[in-house]
Amino acid sequence: MNKISSINEFVIKFANVNGSGSASANGMFSKGIFRSGIPVSPKNIFPSNIQGLPTWFEIRASAKGYLGRKAGIDFMVAMNPQSYSQDIAEINPGGYLLYDSSWKREFNRSDINIIEIPLTSLCVDEFSNPKQRLLFKNLVYVGALSYLMNIKKDIFLTLINEQFKSKEKLIEPNTRALEIGFNYAQTHLQDACNIKIQESNMTDGMILTNGNDAGGLGCVYGGATVCTWYPITPSTSLAEAYKKYCDQFRVDEKSGKNNFAFVQAEDELAAIGTAIGANWNGARAFTTTSGPGISLMNEFIGLAYFAEIPLVIFDIQRGGPSTGMPTRTQQSDLLSCAYASHGDTKHIMLIPCDPNECFNFAVDSFDLADRLQTPIFVLSDLDIGMNDWTCQEFKWDDDKKFDRGKVLSKDDLEKMESWGRYLDVDGDGIPYRTLPGTHPNKGAYFTRGSSHDEYARYIEDGEINARNLSRILKKYEGSIKFLPQATFKQETNASSIGAIYFGSTEAAIQESLDKLTASGHPVDAMRIRSFPFGSEVWDFIDQHDSLFVIEQNRDAQMKTLILAEGKNNPEKLISILCFDGSPITANFISTSIKDILSKDELSKTSEDLL
Amino acid sequence: MTYILKPVNHHPNLEKNKLGLTRRDYEGTISTLCAGCGHDSISAAIIEACYDLSLSSDQIAKLSGIGCSSKSPSYFLNQAHAFNSVHGRMPSVATGANLGNQNLLYLGVSGDGDTASIGIGQFMHAARRQLNITYFVENNGTYGLTKGQFSATNDQESKSKYGEDNLFAPIDLAAMAIQLGAGFVGRSFSGDRNQLVPLIKAAMKFKGFALLDIISPCVAFNNHDGSTKSYDHIREHNLSVSNLDFVPLGKEIKADYKEGEQIDVPLHDGALLSLEKLSKDYDPLDKKQAIMKLNEAEKEGKVLTGLLYINPEVKDHTEILNISDTPLNQLSEKELCPGSKNLDSVNSSLN
Repeated sequence: MNKISSINEFVIKFANVNGSGSASANGMFSKGIFRSGIPVSPKNIFPSNIQGLPTWFEIRASAKGYLGRKAGIDFMVAMNPQSYSQDIAEINPGGYLLYDSSWKREFNRSDINIIEIPLTSLCVDEFSNPKQRLLFKNLVYVGALSYLMNIKKDIFLTLINEQFKSKEKLIEPNTRALEIGFNYAQTHLQDACNIKIQESNMTDGMILTNGNDAGGLGCVYGGATVCTWYPITPSTSLAEAYKKYCDQFRVDEKSGKNNFAFVQAEDELAAIGTAIGANWNGARAFTTTSGPGISLMNEFIGLAYFAEIPLVIFDIQRGGPSTGMPTRTQQSDLLSCAYASHGDTKHIMLIPCDPNECFNFAVDSFDLADRLQTPIFVLSDLDIGMNDWTCQEFKWDDDKKFDRGKVLSKDDLEKMESWGRYLDVDGDGIPYRTLPGTHPNKGAYFTRGSSHDEYARYIEDGEINARNLSRILKKYEGSIKFLPQATFKQETNASSIGAIYFGSTEAAIQESLDKLTASGHPVDAMRIRSFPFGSEVWDFIDQHDSLFVIEQNRDAQMKTLILAEGKNNPEKLISILCFDGSPITANFISTSIKDILSKDELSKTSEDLL
Repeated sequence: MTYILKPVNHHPNLEKNKLGLTRRDYEGTISTLCAGCGHDSISAAIIEACYDLSLSSDQIAKLSGIGCSSKSPSYFLNQAHAFNSVHGRMPSVATGANLGNQNLLYLGVSGDGDTASIGIGQFMHAARRQLNITYFVENNGTYGLTKGQFSATNDQESKSKYGEDNLFAPIDLAAMAIQLGAGFVGRSFSGDRNQLVPLIKAAMKFKGFALLDIISPCVAFNNHDGSTKSYDHIREHNLSVSNLDFVPLGKEIKADYKEGEQIDVPLHDGALLSLEKLSKDYDPLDKKQAIMKLNEAEKEGKVLTGLLYINPEVKDHTEILNISDTPLNQLSEKELCPGSKNLDSVNSSLN
């Protein structure tokens, strides 16, 4: 029997029943690989359900740092008879199947290696409590894997101690379960598995975390004092992370009072309305939601845009349209955010590619919102938001100061003869604002979504309204210099063909580029990080004959933005679109591009022959 | 419509309050509502109340939704910041503003369309959260700005200007607010300044959700025979449950009500509400009874006015959330940003 042999390069998948406590055991297993020094990317593929349905957890370990999702499973831990046939079909030839052999099974694959462990029987013998019997099965297979893959048992023992620090009673049975699995494998399964972990230091300076946790932390560091939100997958955990870090860092020691407000609103409209009210009053506030929430928030987004109120909105994108696939990923809200709300509106978007950038962009978004007095969208997605990523540690410069933008103080107002809320004093389209309660008789004004003049007075004069709209556009166009620029995989261009990508596609891109280079199709690559686009984006497009725009949506939304906002030949831009709700794979990208390029070459050759 | 500047000059001997301000200093721009609109009387009563209490306008924020009512914050307190938000969503904007700085006085101005229809969800949740606001519903039973459609507070079988019957039963915002836990619920009539001004003062001094449901006839679309929100109808059917005296902190209580007919309610800052009970069996501290009496009055075609319910014990939203005494919009980087050392410890918890 052929056995896949590999060191530090493999995909393992766990097929479980949701609600059986598997996610935490599987998370512990991926952390074990990370602590061994190997970059790892766990992906929780879960149903929109609480208990009883199939759920999967895929972990890719890669010393090469290829952390995109990869189809084809090297090692399957099949814990759910409901999904056996599907799970077994996914295993690569020479791969491994570990299943609970308390109930022996025959599998119709002769090309895979079957590893039998009677998980249920082992737990029944060891634990009397039925709930524990169920939960600890998971730890038993983690223990077995620790032996089979040569991951130090001590790492898991430490992880158990850390995880149950506050519930000490649970340390002993968890440890016992781990040992049972380890010992069983050591006794019965020697040499059963040739996929091994070899310790390295590749994860030094790295952390394993998810984008929502990082985003919530970034909001704390960015000075947000008000979080107002409505529960919706996959954004909920960002709000909860903000609360968690506020409880840690924002409770005044002396008074015990909160230097933050955390409000679960009655719906998304109230959530964004409350965030707008707080920002209007000078408290940094944000809301976090997903596609359906953005749809509901549209009217308020237009108000914040037109009345020029700072606002930060996190959109953790999920599969749409409508309710869509709440627990699957997509990049399909670009258009609905970029042009959200009725009338002429355009919005600033930051598009992070991993948890580290979620932290940084969360911090930056509040400065941008205050500086530009407009909504800032941070467009993450379920893959970044809810899965753990191996990424750079967070960094902080203690000299950093918040940029509160153009806010007039009492002294400023005292010195001013006249002031107009929407006057373009500096020629950058950004007016000066005042906060309620600043001065006894200067600086009060009327904020409204109806047409207004430079002094915030209601008007119905079309010329004045057009002037105001043009100023807001000028402000928007001037925002580019404050936004994160696109990044490039190459120092100088090396190909006439380019690839444009953004967000979570980052995980798969290096591997696809390497595959393309290996097949004789080197491609330059640019990652867009914000909207509106800077000149570097237009330059890159100009410098290439044809460009692949890689997106995780059906309608080529980024390409639409590029075509709508620039002056490009549409034929230069070729879409590579993945919208099945699973994170895009390197294989999908490189194969799609290769197919198109080889067809082109073929047609060119035949043209030459003619 | 243009912005009309009001002349600022006034008679030198005009009476001044403790801040040295005259009533004129509390005015707004010239109203563009219809002549005789009840809303203008409410604006005048707000000016009167703020003048009497010597409030500083810059410490007040006026928020509204959309509709005739929501335009009216322009017509009082020029020196207060204002926010004319979107239709039915003023409560959420006010909630956020209040979280940003709980020390300002928030006046929410809404109408029956803005509150009882499109905004009923936000209204209910603001009451439930005990948002510290004086929430005015300028209630005329009609959509004025779109020319006379029925609103959800209009009485069943009341007739529109065009002779149609209203087919649906009204929503009683006062009863609803009491049920939802609002700490202060009053109802009044824009034409009854003697009742309205002390009620506004008391509501402004109350810490928590204070609803003032004020019947405010629409002279253009809902002041005809057959309307139950007309001046004549309200004058004939007004049933006042209490007369109100508001006694600011430190002032001696001087109430000339007879013993047994008076209730004194201390407010959060030590000021006192002194109530003359007009009806022996009405107790505004009794929630259940208040709702019952409102239902009875409705059946009899009467409009119960006065302070309908008060619970001086409530905690407001920012107190419930245990928010710092320094307003959130005044906290500095030092208080807000945990710094690099803490970030290092976060990093080490993630590797």
